[in-house]
Amino acid sequence: MTYRNPPTTPRKSATFDDYTLSEIRRAAATGIYDIRGAGAKRKLPHFDDLLFLGASISRYPLEGYRERCDTSVVLGSRHAKKPIELKIPITIAGMSFGSLSGPAKEALGRGATLAGTSTTTGDGGMTEEERGHSKQLVYQYLPSRYGMNLRDLRRADAIEVVVGQGAKPGGGGMLLGQKISDRVAEMRTLPKGIDQRSASRHPDWTGPDDLEIKILELREITDWEKPIYVKVGGARPYYDTALAVKAGADVVVVDGMQGGTAATQEVFIENVGQPTLACIRPAVQALQDLGMHRKVQLIVSGGIRNGADVAKALALGVDAVSIGTAALVALGDNDPRWEAEYNELGTTSGAYDDWHEGKDPAGITTQDPELMKRVDPVAAGRRLANYLKVMTLEAQTIARACGKNSLHNLEPEDLVALTIEAAAMAGVPLAGTNWIPGKNGF
Amino acid sequence: MPATSKAMRDSHARVFDLDILSLRELNQALHNLAPGSNETAWEVLNPKGNHSVAVGVDQPVSIDVRGSVGYYCGGMNSGSTITVHGSAGPGVGENMMAGSIVIKGDASQYAGATGKGGLLVIEGNASSRCGISMKGIDIVVHGNIGHMSAFMAQSGNLVVLGDAGDALGDSIYEARLFVRGKVDSLGADCIAKEMRPEHLELLQGLLDRAGVTGVKPSEFKRYGSARTLYNFNIDNADAY
Repeated sequence: MTYRNPPTTPRKSATFDDYTLSEIRRAAATGIYDIRGAGAKRKLPHFDDLLFLGASISRYPLEGYRERCDTSVVLGSRHAKKPIELKIPITIAGMSFGSLSGPAKEALGRGATLAGTSTTTGDGGMTEEERGHSKQLVYQYLPSRYGMNLRDLRRADAIEVVVGQGAKPGGGGMLLGQKISDRVAEMRTLPKGIDQRSASRHPDWTGPDDLEIKILELREITDWEKPIYVKVGGARPYYDTALAVKAGADVVVVDGMQGGTAATQEVFIENVGQPTLACIRPAVQALQDLGMHRKVQLIVSGGIRNGADVAKALALGVDAVSIGTAALVALGDNDPRWEAEYNELGTTSGAYDDWHEGKDPAGITTQDPELMKRVDPVAAGRRLANYLKVMTLEAQTIARACGKNSLHNLEPEDLVALTIEAAAMAGVPLAGTNWIPGKNGF
Repeated sequence: MPATSKAMRDSHARVFDLDILSLRELNQALHNLAPGSNETAWEVLNPKGNHSVAVGVDQPVSIDVRGSVGYYCGGMNSGSTITVHGSAGPGVGENMMAGSIVIKGDASQYAGATGKGGLLVIEGNASSRCGISMKGIDIVVHGNIGHMSAFMAQSGNLVVLGDAGDALGDSIYEARLFVRGKVDSLGADCIAKEMRPEHLELLQGLLDRAGVTGVKPSEFKRYGSARTLYNFNIDNADAY
């Protein structure tokens, strides 16, 4: 009788996990890094790491469903003759035509208008679908200037100078040739079928002093009527916010690391920038240090999912939030009804992120005429409006419990953090203590 | 407004003296022009390096600027004829849609950036990044241009009677570049191309429109895209 050693359980490396191994194999086989959309997927410190302190004795709550809790917000009152007035502090972030289909853009406009908020164009110009169905439309002024023209600039309700994006601060983009339809090619002044590079920097200015003069030019062109937003990727939020204010921005938009993108290198999405939660306090601090908090409005985006996220962002000092990925899901992207087709593409609903390939079964991130028929702009717009209203109701519920008759009266004192990391990033106490890491306390 | 009254009597031009009136008043007056307006001739005195002079004009009027301007003169011009009797700062004619801009002196960097149409003529020299990301504009420079000109140029024509700096036409798409003098270096994917009869004809037309005389199209070389980087391929990674 021979003695056999007992079998051991195979153990995979935590460093070389299954996903990492598959990426190494894919890189070796294809010779190119993965390009995708959908923003960072790794777990990051986020709003889930914060909790609200509802009222008991030391605070006096408001009655749910009875006492009024205001949700309106005015954006761009610093210089513009015609500021943006929104019913809710949740806006739709810029997503390009080209990346999104025409019906998807129309649905965004319909949904946002029903809910009383604004939509934003993207790197590809303004479409009739979006302008026609958006009561308030923010026109993005991007480095590529695809589709930029005087007529549309004047048809916009606000202008957003995009300097950076949360998924890729400092990075440009690439719309692969297979997604370039005749219409997209014409809007971007490029031949059909070739890759379209979105530049990483504006071609006609090189720093904050130039930005100030560029903003002056945009104001002159539009007769000082429209608010000028400046959007930055969440990397150096304190200094970028301060410089945007110095350059004359009416509104600063800080897009955190969980922000989406149509198509960027996976390694970039997952490794450049800071979590949205970490960006808010420095941006608010910059406004406070300059005496401009609530005078220059702050919009924060990147991973906003529900009313609690909205309320937490507002409590930390922002004036409004912006949603992109969540809006696409509300329209119907990554819906399990298309599971079989997601499987054919080698993925599953909930994980589909090859938005640049133009094969989206949901018909949203595509230019395929057959696929885009799957989006009913009226029904999808209604779903988006429902979602926006639900988020607003959720935020109001929390605010009333904290004794606030306006979402904008929420404050850092209403929050505690579950982790030391979140406490340090958000500048609120660790739950059960009065300790804010980096500040005095016990 | 005494200056205005005298000039209007003498030339029927509407005169804006920026020593008396503000830039805002000038641009607003230009934007208030209705289609078919009889106020087709404008004169701007004492620009003194002001930024954003005559930006966003969308009527077919002529504007003579008597002196040098700062940034973004004629930005987003959509049909007017602007003549700067002096030099221009950065970004002259940025994103021009239609019409023409003539700079009698020199222009600073990124002249004609992202321009989609119309004609930009610089009778002196232009600086770096001339025609950067151009998207259909025609640019004629009587003198020299600096480095990184026509970077990521998508369409339109850039004509240079003098020399070009380093990295001309880097990452160029379908724009055509014509240079009469020497080119310090070509950027990625930009190559010299054959000058065929249709190009000679096109160039002659551009020279005529820009008021260039005594220069033959055959004196120029043509540059454009090798089109090897139009679709990403890892085998071309050394070019990036």
